[in-house]
Amino acid sequence: MTAILTITDLKKTYDDGFKALKGVSLTIERGEILALLGPNGAGKTTLISTICGMVTPTSGTVTVDGHDTQADYRAARAMIGLVPQEIALQPFETVINTVRFSRGLFGKARNDAHIESVLRKLSLWDKKDTQITALSGGMKRRVLIAKALSHEPRILFLDEPTAGVDVALRKDMWDTVADLKADGVTIILTTHYIEEAEAIADRVGVITHGELLLVQDKETLMAQMGKKQIEVQLGEAIKAIPESLARFDVKLGEGGDSLVYTYDTHGERTGITGLLVALAEAGLVLRDVQTRQSSLEDIFVDLVDGEPA
Amino acid sequence: MNWTAIWAIYKFEMQRFFRTLMQSFLSPVLSTSLYFVVFGAAIGSRIDEVEGVSYGAFIVPGLIMLSVITQAISNASFGIYFPKFTGTIYELLSAPVNFLEIVFGYVGAAATKALFIGVVILFTAQFFVDLTIAHPLAMVLFLLLTCLSFALMGFIIGIWAENFEQLQLVPLLIVTPLIFLGGSFYSISMLPPVWQTITLFNPVVYLISGFRWSFFGLADVPIGLSLLAIAGFTALCLGFIWWIFKTGWRIRA
Repeated sequence: MTAILTITDLKKTYDDGFKALKGVSLTIERGEILALLGPNGAGKTTLISTICGMVTPTSGTVTVDGHDTQADYRAARAMIGLVPQEIALQPFETVINTVRFSRGLFGKARNDAHIESVLRKLSLWDKKDTQITALSGGMKRRVLIAKALSHEPRILFLDEPTAGVDVALRKDMWDTVADLKADGVTIILTTHYIEEAEAIADRVGVITHGELLLVQDKETLMAQMGKKQIEVQLGEAIKAIPESLARFDVKLGEGGDSLVYTYDTHGERTGITGLLVALAEAGLVLRDVQTRQSSLEDIFVDLVDGEPA
Repeated sequence: MNWTAIWAIYKFEMQRFFRTLMQSFLSPVLSTSLYFVVFGAAIGSRIDEVEGVSYGAFIVPGLIMLSVITQAISNASFGIYFPKFTGTIYELLSAPVNFLEIVFGYVGAAATKALFIGVVILFTAQFFVDLTIAHPLAMVLFLLLTCLSFALMGFIIGIWAENFEQLQLVPLLIVTPLIFLGGSFYSISMLPPVWQTITLFNPVVYLISGFRWSFFGLADVPIGLSLLAIAGFTALCLGFIWWIFKTGWRIRA
């Protein structure tokens, strides 16, 4: 794969002195889906806004397929579609007019066949002559996507695409994203929802306090940082962990009737066999055994909490 | 130049106008008729004629200017303020367009609407008074420049305004008084000498005087000065808009 978007040491300090981006560097490969995770105020939207032209960077460069977003902004911007976080639409326009407007604004000649296919893909074709104000929230969000796709962009930015969207619609949105990826569109999305990144992203970037903490292949990230826990339910509650178990990283659960053992799935020895033997030798009766894998959310919380606030 | 983008903005703005065509068309016809009834009939019965022109005909250029200026400002300011208000301005800022193209689109549409209304008023006036236009080319030029320059000014107001109240503030508190005191309904020569001098500081005087000259061949101030004033005003607005987009004032963080 080759890079389609290259961000180099991008910094943004607002007029009030707030440092929203403190030198972000990132390369995005053609055709991938990158999810940017981060708490509120982490700099996700500033990053997207700077790439797309709504915010002027303080320093640093961004190139889109080799075109600098400042010096060669026309070529760079023509390749980008942006779906903003807030629903922003002219309320009294019809769906089709507002989508056609977007295509024209990006300098593309009218193409009714393309607009029809975009609207059909987003289940909006039946509503094409409806005024925006008469649409539901979910439909409005899809109109924003249709506008962003109207000029056939190669990169699509989705700023919190499923914020405030119900579960069924969120799944629909994920399907739409998968379809776009199949069409070869590179997608960068920001989200609060870890499960969203887990479900659709190829790579995950974690951003907080204006810094990119890490960018990694999702599977690798989960494998590297993923820990597994085994929880053993005891037949009878105990007050303290027996001394014979001291060599294991075991914690006593609440109420004293369970033991929690954390291990690395990639370690040469997980230590599970030894633990179980030691439990039997200590004379503890096991009632039940459960295993849990840490999710991206746990990894994310660990990373963000590890940062000085 | 991204002509497709300019055309897209222009067409989008004009669609808004055509959606409310009856209102766009009827309101200038009605207000012009009212002005003729009130000013033409009531005051006109006392002022027979001004410098050889019947009072009814004399006020036509001023009436056109009054509507054209207010319409150009309100259409252009609303046109660019509304995307700021709804948030859709993100699209303009992220599109492969430069400031001139955005201005051409919005200001062009606002000027077209103002021009349309000016022409409607001109035709409506024909029903009330006999009108002859001494210098038709100059008349068209003045009308076009007025539509354009005040649409530019409206655009600036729309960018500057942070709420609907501010959007109305400049037209209401500055522009309308300047138009009324700029000789729309009287000749400067009818004022006492002191006020004649003070009035000359009102830029609208030069516009209305020039425009009236194109109809009747008589002017309060030299025609060259009128042309210079409107050209200077257009250049001033263009320069200011260039600065807005260069610095991103009120639109880009």
